[in-house]
Amino acid sequence: MSRLDIQHGVVEMAHGSGGRVSATLIDELFIRHFDNALLKQGNDSAQFEAPAGRMVMSTDAHVVSPLFFPGGDIGSLSVHGTINDVAMSGAKPLYLSASFILEEGFALAELESIVISMAAASREAGVPVITGDTKVVERGKGDGVFISTTGIGVVPDNVQISGDRAEAGDLILISGYIGDHGTAILSSREGLEFATTIVSDSAALHGLVAAMVEAAPEIHCLRDPTRGGLATTLNELSRQSAVGMQIREADIPVRAEVRGACELLGLDPLYIANEGKLVCICPAQSAEALLNVMQNYPLGSDAAIIGEVVSDNAHLVTMKTRFGGQRVVDWLAGEQLPRIC
Amino acid sequence: MKYVDEFRDGEKARRIAALIEQEVEADRDYRLMEFCGGHTHAIFRFGLHALMPSNLKYVHGPGCPVCVLPAGRIEAAIQLVEAEKLILCTYADLMRVPAGKRDSLHRAKARGADIRMVYSVNDALAIARNNPEQQVVFFAIGFETTTPPTAVAIQIAQAEGLKNFLVYCNHVQTPPAMSHLLASGEVSINGILGPSHVSTIIGSDAYADCCNNHHIPIVIAGFEPLDVMQSTLLLVRQINAGRCEVENQYSRAVTPDGNRKAQALMANVFEQRPLFEWRGLGALPDSAIQIRSEYADFDAEKRFAITDIATADIKGCICPAVLRGLNDPDECKLFATACTPEEPKGACMVSSEGACAAHYSYGRFKSETGA
Repeated sequence: MSRLDIQHGVVEMAHGSGGRVSATLIDELFIRHFDNALLKQGNDSAQFEAPAGRMVMSTDAHVVSPLFFPGGDIGSLSVHGTINDVAMSGAKPLYLSASFILEEGFALAELESIVISMAAASREAGVPVITGDTKVVERGKGDGVFISTTGIGVVPDNVQISGDRAEAGDLILISGYIGDHGTAILSSREGLEFATTIVSDSAALHGLVAAMVEAAPEIHCLRDPTRGGLATTLNELSRQSAVGMQIREADIPVRAEVRGACELLGLDPLYIANEGKLVCICPAQSAEALLNVMQNYPLGSDAAIIGEVVSDNAHLVTMKTRFGGQRVVDWLAGEQLPRIC
Repeated sequence: MKYVDEFRDGEKARRIAALIEQEVEADRDYRLMEFCGGHTHAIFRFGLHALMPSNLKYVHGPGCPVCVLPAGRIEAAIQLVEAEKLILCTYADLMRVPAGKRDSLHRAKARGADIRMVYSVNDALAIARNNPEQQVVFFAIGFETTTPPTAVAIQIAQAEGLKNFLVYCNHVQTPPAMSHLLASGEVSINGILGPSHVSTIIGSDAYADCCNNHHIPIVIAGFEPLDVMQSTLLLVRQINAGRCEVENQYSRAVTPDGNRKAQALMANVFEQRPLFEWRGLGALPDSAIQIRSEYADFDAEKRFAITDIATADIKGCICPAVLRGLNDPDECKLFATACTPEEPKGACMVSSEGACAAHYSYGRFKSETGA
């Protein structure tokens, strides 16, 4: 069988044909790097023993421009994103699947570095990619590579985490600095490049979640504030739980660099995406202990209590500003766009 | 952030708030128009409403260039980019502003039009240089703040012989808008927070006529929250004393004469446009500018013979009265029915901080929580 010319080659339509060329790509790129026994079964599906208990399943499509950004790339992001979605139910993630949509002409060398980064993220997280698929679309019909990942996991018996469980009196925690990922992406986007030290916070949070649910199985809600940022996540949870929320700007961790970049671009860090942060809502009496657990874990070292759940028929999120004022933190009407005035 | 945080000091804010509270007269209503979108943004973002006494209200003015651009001009730009297959460069927040027939630049881009978001007119120049085989049109909008850069870009394009760079000029002028608004009928505002960045260009003296003719106090106010609060205090003092003057709170950037060099640049490239339509205010004479015939090669309106697309009359819209402080947004028949933040009709609903859009959010807040 011909070997793949990773150094100079590009993705060709034949790589998605299902024929010999496809098999070479799968063997020499995907199986080689993802390297695990379940994947090597070589069947259309991976077979494994199901653990006892409640299973969770989540899927996420990843389209990001640019593909490589400070602090990560689409590969590591596609692993972290899905692991985090599974973990936000309190579950221990077990396995991932990955499907790739490749654009004809995409450099195999770039594809390989994405797969290597993805494999490293999956190994580090201890959550293997055990099945996958590859399709190729004609040049101009994709954006290099799209990666869709699905994850499954199992929830500990005593854990009942759901977005509809926030109650008036609960406290709201965030696991660290907000806005890093979105700002890092913006800083490297074509036409908008600016020099910054900000890197994406892309990370798998299941370890942090495991420590949290062990210490406080009574946690009511967990959610990772990705697209739309902290503001959108809090609005989603308010609506789902039919409550209001009151947060304090002074307690929300935002790096000076992120504040500066947002100030310059006319954006609000509350609405900027994160890929390695979680919002936790728990009964007030558990909050301090939980905060300690989070702060003792590397990915939660900058965790903070940022506000509380209140009863409110309008399900509004309001914020006491650092300045001493009060404002509504509303849903975005559309996508967040830089302002000219 | 140095030079920013100093103007966002909560402790100072509380001190100014206490002074305002102390100095407002209980039997008087203070309705202050903050002219610019930048002021409105500061008021909302820092929650200044909560720091003001109950008889002091901010009325949001027409100083958001995106909001006052009529649908017809956006529709014309969409027709242009689609018919001529050219590259249209625009500031980002214009993308979602509604054109006619439920269209927008966003939707045109989705249909395949080559519309690019830029941060400055320089980016548009670079796109023109890098795509010599294509026409590149810069959708120029804004008050006097963004006008000088457009003038410079046109001069650069001429010097470089950059024949594929064109400007669709929609620049408007602040003092005429302010005067027209005050002259168009009864007014129930008793003070104006005057433009900040605009005034760095045109100077504080530019508002003298407006202040004298309409007997209204004007304080040129910076965009930081402490600027807005201090300016509010200055307006309260003028109102209490029955004075009508132009005062300059933003003296760290604004001089009486403004930036003469920028003014000369504008005068060199642009001339008065006899009539220009404003969303929500109608057609106002001498309120906008157009490219001089010496630079006609760079004028998209001339090159492509763009004619104004008449905007369908928005029946029932009371934006002008809302902007003059006469009516509250919910007194409009269209409010929250035909006119919503998702499908805005009048200027005041376009930006999330426009008077009607803000009322839409806060009204919901007040009525549903009983606050």
